This record gives sequence, structure tokens and C-alpha cells, in this order.
Amino acid sequence: MIKLNINGKDESLDAPEDMPILWALRDVLHMTGTKFGCGMAQCGACTVHLDGQPIRSCITPVSMAAGKKITTIEAMQEDQVGQVVQAAWREIDVVQCGYCQSGQIMAATALLTTNHKPTDADIDAAMSGNICRCGTYPRIRAAIHAAAEKLA
Amino acid sequence: MNAPLNISRRTFIKATALVAGGLVIAFAIPQAKRFLLPGETKAPADAGGSKLPAPNAFLRIGTDNTITVLLAHSEMGQSIWTTLPMLIAEELDADWSKIQVEHAGAAPQYVHTAYGIQITGGSSTTWSEFDRYRQAGALTRALLINAAAQELGVAKETLRTENGFVVSADKKISYGELAEAAAKLETPTTVVLKDPKDWKIIGKATKRLDSAAKINGTAKFGQDVQFEGLKTAMVARAPVFGGKVKSFDASASKQIKGVQNVVQVPTGVAVIADNYWSAKQGRDALKIDWDLGPNAGLDSKKMVEDYRALAATTGTVAAKTGDSQAALKQAKTVVKAEYIAPYLAHSPMEPLNCTVKIDKDACEIWTGTQMQTTDQAAAAKILGLKPEQVTIHTLFLGGGFGRRANPAADFVSEAVQVAKAAGVPVKTVWSREDDVKGGYYRPMFLHQANIALDDKGLPIAWEHTAVGQSIMLGTPFETVMIKDGVDATSVEGTADSPYLKGIANHQVQLHTVKADIPVLWWRSVGHSHTAFVMESLIDELANAAKRDPLEYRRELLKDHPRHLAALNLAAEKADWEKPLPKGVFRGIAVHESFGSFVAQVAEVSVNAGEVKVHRMISAIDCGLAVNPESLTAQMQSSVSFGLGAALQSEITFKDGQVQQSNFHDYQVLRMKDMPKVEVYIVPSTEKMGGVGEPGLPPVAPAVTNAIFAATGKRIRTLPIGTQLA
Repeated sequence: MIKLNINGKDESLDAPEDMPILWALRDVLHMTGTKFGCGMAQCGACTVHLDGQPIRSCITPVSMAAGKKITTIEAMQEDQVGQVVQAAWREIDVVQCGYCQSGQIMAATALLTTNHKPTDADIDAAMSGNICRCGTYPRIRAAIHAAAEKLA
Repeated sequence: MNAPLNISRRTFIKATALVAGGLVIAFAIPQAKRFLLPGETKAPADAGGSKLPAPNAFLRIGTDNTITVLLAHSEMGQSIWTTLPMLIAEELDADWSKIQVEHAGAAPQYVHTAYGIQITGGSSTTWSEFDRYRQAGALTRALLINAAAQELGVAKETLRTENGFVVSADKKISYGELAEAAAKLETPTTVVLKDPKDWKIIGKATKRLDSAAKINGTAKFGQDVQFEGLKTAMVARAPVFGGKVKSFDASASKQIKGVQNVVQVPTGVAVIADNYWSAKQGRDALKIDWDLGPNAGLDSKKMVEDYRALAATTGTVAAKTGDSQAALKQAKTVVKAEYIAPYLAHSPMEPLNCTVKIDKDACEIWTGTQMQTTDQAAAAKILGLKPEQVTIHTLFLGGGFGRRANPAADFVSEAVQVAKAAGVPVKTVWSREDDVKGGYYRPMFLHQANIALDDKGLPIAWEHTAVGQSIMLGTPFETVMIKDGVDATSVEGTADSPYLKGIANHQVQLHTVKADIPVLWWRSVGHSHTAFVMESLIDELANAAKRDPLEYRRELLKDHPRHLAALNLAAEKADWEKPLPKGVFRGIAVHESFGSFVAQVAEVSVNAGEVKVHRMISAIDCGLAVNPESLTAQMQSSVSFGLGAALQSEITFKDGQVQQSNFHDYQVLRMKDMPKVEVYIVPSTEKMGGVGEPGLPPVAPAVTNAIFAATGKRIRTLPIGTQLA
């Protein structure tokens, strides 16, 4: 059994040590908010926070999360920055198909937690690992700026 | 538009009581002609509409005042989850905060009003449902008024409706309170739709109804389907299209913890496991001896040579006026050019997946699909069931772009085969590599043109040849879409070009290549390459004539007011006449597709071979813009999708195999490369067109025309890639 702390809760799960966090979340714990997009850290759909840092859960084995805190999209409503980001996302009407948006919001929340006033260049650097095939990029950028203003 | 509509003449309407109370409204439009479903050779005479299996609803009003709108189309990002409810809410005078939305099942009453099968595609949902959903709203409102008149003992003419209530001189009754009584009343045979000047919702920028679920992880996509006993499968498919399994050894695979079964299916070998990770490891451990078949030598470079050789021969005529060859021989100035557009994968963010549960005399399917009745028919055929025994649950689509509308029902059929062979409920999941390598691409096309110019630099003869695979050949759509050997999707944008219409001598020839590479409509279909070719050629002609590209287009399109309106609006908003900052250059393109007219101006700089698109100014005439908010989003989306493809995306073959595999080598647009996008809507009362695709075709030529302005280099092969290095 592997012990993980997910969204502040200790969980014990029957999973091999090399199983990526993504599949432990989705297939073992049935938390489907975190998405599978590429399986090789190319698209960012699976982004979660590990001790506050954005990571690609599709390539990070559960063994690496031992003793650390995993935070997922399901906890963003309770996150001070996360809830502001979510509100901005709705205000700017960002989403389209929505599949990548869990990862986008996790990446944006991590950015705004450490950088309260990101420039466009900061946004490019932090968000270019998250692909959106619907092209919501201009609205994501606008929503991050809007959230930054709220957080100021 | 506000004349009474005699519904009974053209539609079959039924109002029935809900089991749990409330009101159900159903329409079905009889179809004389429709696209065929898998297994059919001709459409049944009573196709669509005449049978109404329950529950058959477009909207439900609950006694708790909720109004549930059922979507006959799939939400895949285009915001139809919001736009169709707007149509109902407008006519119903509904309280917008009480609107809930669900995908409808697969059933005859949900078939497309123009195409006769259930399909979300061709940028057609809004215009094709504009009457049907408004009628559903208006009819329901009439029933509620009648119910209130009965309850209050007053004439219905004394009543009005407002924000979810029927209102009399001294009372107001909520729709929920009236729903049960309304369900018992006789359905009116005519309804009056609102005068557009009275619209409160249609035409207003309206925020999405699916935002909340999509920002907190609760929105359910096909990938998210889970239930007790469900297994996950991955299929090992042949590394070459047309390849087959000779033999396989699953012993190592079966040693992997969590692997439950390994079965052969028509498309390959399926590993069934407790979860994705086990299924993937199990698949990696398979030893398969493949018969690679006749395509093991497939090579993109060789294909281009073959296409070029074909172009030199006589093709099938798709359009012809006058004698273009004779006119070309006499001309003093001739512009000759060859253009190539590559195979492209759709690669929606949600990899393909389909969950199938087979019971005795029944099958349930959960997936994100753009073509429910086609998938239903395909599943029924495999299982020996009737279509109505197959239930399709449509989940949110994590992007579609055409990939989830397959006349061959590929990913659904395969998942049904897997579940059938496994004997347990299975979710068949594709990896990203499976998606990139799995076919159903936008076909590669090679175009050649010889164009004669007169002394003023205007085209007087145009000889055009296109070479590529047909999307429709061999599909149930063939009978409707292929006429006289010409697949309409191969020549849309060339054979019907407004430029060619004005040229006395022109000819468009098509060579349809037969190949085993599965091809499919990719956002904007044929226009995705023809607009690039035509708008680049026009730019070449303007340059040969030493004319300004905007002014040159204005002259050629003088008899095409909707093209002109879009062109002029984009040019005006781009300040075409004014100089740009040093190092930034403009390109312009205009194209009609899916009934809409879009012009774009790209502002581009090129430094050390690197292309940077700073700003895209888009103008669209789509007739009435029902929801300007989603229209703007779709135009932004089209720029992103089209620009990513133009800059970097291509699928190529070597030794029979696809050379790309994931987002590191099948590159798509990322945040850092997304330009500013400005969207302007031409005020228009013309015929409604689509908005999901028409923004895409002009993107590539606007950018490559700007690159020509910046560097003097004409990009004739996509993607742009490293051609400027």
C-alpha cells in the first residue's frame, strides 16, 4: 500500500510504485478532474501541485510523492489563489471544450501564487507547456491578468 | 420571420406528460433524403421522424421550474451548450438562471434538419436549429399560456409571459406550476415566433453555461466514465496502414499486474486491464508478428513525386468555362505555381476513447461523438442488434475538429469489438501516440495552377489541378458527396471560387488518389488547403501585376458583396493604408466557407528565419450572430488551430510508418506563439452561415502573404517550418 496526501487528506492505495500520479488519481481514487493528454509531459493537461509546485502527473510516479502534498483541481475552490483564478476564468468566459482547463488552472494558480503581477513574458514562460487545441490562449492570458489584479 | 408557422405541415409534434410530472416537447422533421448510415445502401422511405420512441424531448419543464434543454448536437467547445438554449429561452421567455442542459440520446427525432443523420459538423448547428429550437420554445410558451388561461378562467389573449412566469392583470404563475396542466392540453398547430426587434437574448453576447463544471474538474468527458466492473483496454494496431496480425505472444503481457485478458480484434490485439497504466504496460509487453501488407514502402517524398506525375496527366473536370488552355497559349504573362499541403492529425486534447457495455439484446455506449446515429448503426451491425437497442450516452467532447465524426465509426466500432471479445464492460482508450499515428488525417493535397494575365495584370485564364485523396470515397456519404467522380470536399474553395467565376476561361481538374491512409474532414475540410492555395495565388498575381493586394482583391471581388464587406472591414480595422512599426509586415486573405465570409489581416515579422505573428485582425459576415461571445471565441480558436498547423504541423511517412508520435514532434500552437486576435462582425441580415470553421481557411494565406511582404519569399508548401532559416 502506498500512502499519499491528496488535497490535505491521507489516502492509502493499492498501486505499483511506478504508477504515475495521474493514473493513481484517476483510476485508483476515481478523481477524474485531472486529465490525461499526452503521457509524456508535453501538454500539461495532467498538471497538479506537489508541495505547491506545478508538476506533470503523467510522468511522475507515486513513489516520488511520498511525504509530500498533492493538490488537484478538486481543491482549487478552497485555495485562496485558485478560487480567484476560477472566478476570472468564468468572468472572461475562457473555456471551450474544457478538457485542458484543469491543467491550465493549476498552472495559472501556481504562477500567481509565486508571482503576483506576471508580465506577458512571465505568462508565456509559465503557460507554454499547457496546450489548448481550442485556442483559448488569449482568454487565459486575460484571465491571469484579471486574477492578478484581484489578488493585488 | 414573425408570420405564423404551420408546424403540422412540416413537423410532427408531440406533447406528453412526463412520468415525474412536467412537460415534454418533441419535434421530428420527416426526411425525404438523408446521408446513409453504415450498412445501408439507400435511405428508407420513412427515414427519420416518423417513429418517435420515448423519451423524445427537446425540452423539459420540471415542477421545480427548472427548464432542461436537450441538445440534438454535441458540445465540443463551440458553445452549442449555450447557443441552442438561447433559442428556446428567447421564445419561451424563460428565466435564464433556471436553464439546465443535457445531451440528447441517439434517436431519429434528433437528426440534423438538413443532413438527416445525427451529426455535429460543417459549422451548421446554429443555422440548422435556428427554427426548430425557437419553435420548441414558442410552442411550449403557447401551451403554458393555454394552461394558465384555463386555470385562471380568463382569455389567453389577456396573458403575457415574463422570465419564467405567465402573467395576468393581477396574478403570476410560474412555468413549473403550469407544467403538468400544460402537458394534458392539445398541442397548438401554429405558433408565432417573435419579431427580431423584440429579441432579448438572441444576438446578445452570452456567457457559457458549461463554465462552472469545466473549471472545477466536475465536467464529465468520455475519459471520465467509470463504473463498477469497468475495465480499460488498449489496442496494439498495425504500424503500417493495412497491416494485419500474423501471430502474437501475450505471455509477458499477462504477467503484468492488473492485466486481465488479451484478445485479438479486427484492428489488432487488445489488452484488457484494471486500469490504464496496466493496460499500457501490458500492451508494451506484447510480441506481435505483423504482416505489414502492401503499404510498407509508403514514403512522403515519393508520394509528392507521384502526385506531381499525376498532375501532369488529364484529370476529372470539376469546373470548366471557355478554353483555358488556348487562352494560356496566347497570353504574354503567365504565372505558374505548385502548392503542397500536408497530412494533418486533429489531435484533440482528449485522446479518443469509448466505453461499451453489452447485455443480452442491448448495448450501452458512452463516448464523445459528433455522429451518434452513425455510431449507433455501426455498433448495432457488429452486435446483430437493432439500432434502437443501442443506447448512446454523449459526454462532453474534449475537442472534435472532425475527428469524432467518422462515417466509418472507427473508434466506436473498435471499442464494441473489444467489449464483445472481452465479454466484460470495457473502456477502450487511445494514447496520444495512437492518436497521432492512427490515421483519419486531413489528406495531403498538391495543387498546380497556370494563370494568364492581361495587360492590366488581371487574370484572363486559369488552369488549376488538384491531387489528393477523397474523404468521402468508400463511406456511406459517397452517394451524396461525390458527383461525376468529383468529391465536393476536394474542390470546395477552388471549383466554386469567386475569382474563377469572373474569368471567362477556367478549368479545375481533380485527380483522386487511392491510398490506404485513412482520411477525414479536419476543421474546415477542403477549405483548409484550398484557401491557402487560392489566396496565395491571388497574392502572386497582385505582385506580378504590381498592385496592392487589398486593392487587387477589391477589383476581382467587385461582384461579391459579402466577400467585399468582410475584406473592407478587416482592412479598415487593420489600418491597411497606415505604415506599421519597422520590421512588421501585413498579409491579407478572404475566403467563404460554410456559408460565412471571413477576411483576415496578419501582422508578421521574420527575424533570423523565425516567424512571429503579432496580431490577427478578423472580420466575419455570418448573417445573424446569435451569440457574439461564442462567435468571437470560435474566431480566436480558428486562428490558433490554423496558425499552429501553418507554422509547424505535418504528418509524414517513411518506410510505411507515420514519423510523428506525440506533441514534441507533431507540434501545435502554444501560448507563446498565439497572436493578439481582434474579431469584428459585419452587421448582416444575409443568410446565416457557420462560425466554427470559417475563421480557419484564411489564416495560413494571410500569414504567408505577410511573410512574402516581409522577405520576398513565397511559401508554397506547408508547414512553414524551417523554410525561412
